Amino acid sequence: MFELSEQPLDPDALRLRIDDPRCGAVVAFEGRVRDQNHGRPVDCIIYEAFAAVALAEGGAIVAEMQAAHQLSEVLVVHRVGKVELGDLAVWVGVSAPHRDAAFAGCAATISTIKARVPIWKHEHYRDGGPEWLHPLP
Amino acid sequence: MRVSILYFAGLRASAGTEREQIDTACADLATLYEELRARHGWSFAPSALRVAVNGALVSWSHALQESDEIAFLPPFSGG
Repeated sequence: MFELSEQPLDPDALRLRIDDPRCGAVVAFEGRVRDQNHGRPVDCIIYEAFAAVALAEGGAIVAEMQAAHQLSEVLVVHRVGKVELGDLAVWVGVSAPHRDAAFAGCAATISTIKARVPIWKHEHYRDGGPEWLHPLP
Repeated sequence: MRVSILYFAGLRASAGTEREQIDTACADLATLYEELRARHGWSFAPSALRVAVNGALVSWSHALQESDEIAFLPPFSGG
């Protein structure tokens, strides 16, 4: 499942949603807002999504990852709106019978989400005006 | 042909609006993008963008139709 949230994320609550008694491995990735980027001091990030496309594409990626890595559960929740330093911007959790699949599946899921889901950072700095981040491949 | 354009992130900032309706003679997405690119001074080459029509990602060869809602999406930075 892929979701967008305007509210802060609670990793403990999210982890409960991927519990599966058949699974011996749970791997979660917590993406957090760090205090600098390219040498500039970051104050906060405001995330914007094209919600309709993000939800459809994110849901498709979750299904692809489940099939490709034999994962039991895959849950991705991405923040939109203002995210403060140190707070979670994205949480990716997967469960699988064994750890190799869980590690590989979690890593592939966050990489694919970053590449294909229309979400953008409006990064705010402590030393000047904000900027939209549009990294070229 | 009348279509709606949705703007996001940096392209919204430079367009100064999140949505507008335009009348265009452009027959395809690539030509329409170049028209908007010239008007708004966008630097992105088409190869750097994704494009969505009516809420779904499509290829640049997707045919335009009356009343389509089109969004040119600048490079993503989620995560």
